[in-house]
Amino acid sequence: MVGSIAAIGMGLAVIGAAIGIGWIGSSAMESIARQPEAVGDIRSNMILMAAFIEGAALIALILSFLVAGV
Amino acid sequence: MLRFFLSTIYILSFALLGLAQHDHNHDHGHDHGDHSHAEEGGHGHGAVICGEQAHHEFNAGDNAIHHIADANVYSIGPLQIPLPVILYAPDRGWDFFMASKFHADLIGHGDGHVAYNGYVLDGGSVKRVTGAGFPDGEVNISGIIHKKVEVDGKDKEVAFVCYKEQLYPTDSKSTADGGLFGGGITSFYDFSITKNVTSMAIVLLFLSWLFLSVAKACKRNEGKAPTGLQNFMEPFVSFIQDEVAVPFIGDKAPKFLPFLLAIFFFILGLNLFGQIPFFGGSNVTGNLGVTMVLAIIAFIITNINGNADYWKHLFFAPGTPWFVKLILVPVELLGLFVKPITLMLRLFANITAGHMVILIFVSFIFIFGRSGESVPGAIGGAVGSGLLTLFMMAIELVVAFVQAFVFTILTASYIGAATEEHDHHGEHAH
Repeated sequence: MVGSIAAIGMGLAVIGAAIGIGWIGSSAMESIARQPEAVGDIRSNMILMAAFIEGAALIALILSFLVAGV
Repeated sequence: MLRFFLSTIYILSFALLGLAQHDHNHDHGHDHGDHSHAEEGGHGHGAVICGEQAHHEFNAGDNAIHHIADANVYSIGPLQIPLPVILYAPDRGWDFFMASKFHADLIGHGDGHVAYNGYVLDGGSVKRVTGAGFPDGEVNISGIIHKKVEVDGKDKEVAFVCYKEQLYPTDSKSTADGGLFGGGITSFYDFSITKNVTSMAIVLLFLSWLFLSVAKACKRNEGKAPTGLQNFMEPFVSFIQDEVAVPFIGDKAPKFLPFLLAIFFFILGLNLFGQIPFFGGSNVTGNLGVTMVLAIIAFIITNINGNADYWKHLFFAPGTPWFVKLILVPVELLGLFVKPITLMLRLFANITAGHMVILIFVSFIFIFGRSGESVPGAIGGAVGSGLLTLFMMAIELVVAFVQAFVFTILTASYIGAATEEHDHHGEHAH
């Protein structure tokens, strides 16, 4: 039972991260379309921001593992 | 035309893998019925060890975890090359020997036929027999089976050694995960030159050769256009310098550039080395211990180079009212430790997830082939899994670069935040 709840939590965390990263990606695409000359800066900042969001999702993932007691 | 030819060969070889898997099974069911291959999916038919059926339902998840784990043998294709073993148990001291002492088949799954000083080789990794009455020295064992038993209220898979028709439980090596991934402190510690250590040594030797020769070329070609290897490596180095070090660290970039380059090429080299199929299959950057050490190094370098401003902002959060400080300071302190922890987890999770997805795609062969019962299913699964694996490996190549880059850029941004000279004119104005 606890394992299933942890799995649901894991899924929710991944949905959150996916929405966040999707948003970053879409804004980055728009910015690149508006200002193609800034593509280098935009790309590295995009990856940086995505990495931060991923970090939050990973913490949720590990906490779910802990709760589920794999 | 060539491309078509190559892809046909690729898919055919996967289909043959499906067929081979069938034959393999057949063999084990009849000729080598005395060996246990219970830890490997789809090999368990017919083997009876100590009166127990070593049959094991094929479990794709367990199979994948087994294959990304560290091992005491180095596998090239089906070859299992023994590596040195260094073990320490508090109650019996140190043990140094080669893994060949376990007399595992050279072509097989790394299951030892001999127990040495109470240690056995199970699926490539050393385990220690914990049951009382198990003899020291070299003894022949009749096999190893895996059973689910309840330990502290949790289901845990434990390997049992069968010796003289009696089952002895075994311990896995101690891990520092505190039980997070099913490990913990057990009865012995493994300091061996494992598969991961060997891979690291190979990659380090290769990187040393690469960079020494590039450095030599740099000196020789000074003022001239770069050639050969130097030409190939220069964009990477200048990319890290111009896109990572200088924008994030600023004036102090030259001081930290060697560290950032070292960490980038170390991670990239190991990521790419782990991608080579059938050669070691090492998962070094997908090992929590390795990423933890990398993150700790980044943490130490960030903090010993932190200036007064960095520490002041950490502990006192200047320029904010006291009730904000009450919230901000604990959050900042938490962030201090969350940063290296996420560095560690991000690299580990990305690389491990990629390898696991590939292994689960390969497991399709066994799932659709119903562990060798259905040859058409196995061939279908093999073709499907071949294509999916090819696709996944292409993604993994990108991930190898992105994760090395992300680790470097995050380290650079942490160092940049710690060494930044703050402009305090705004605060002094009022």
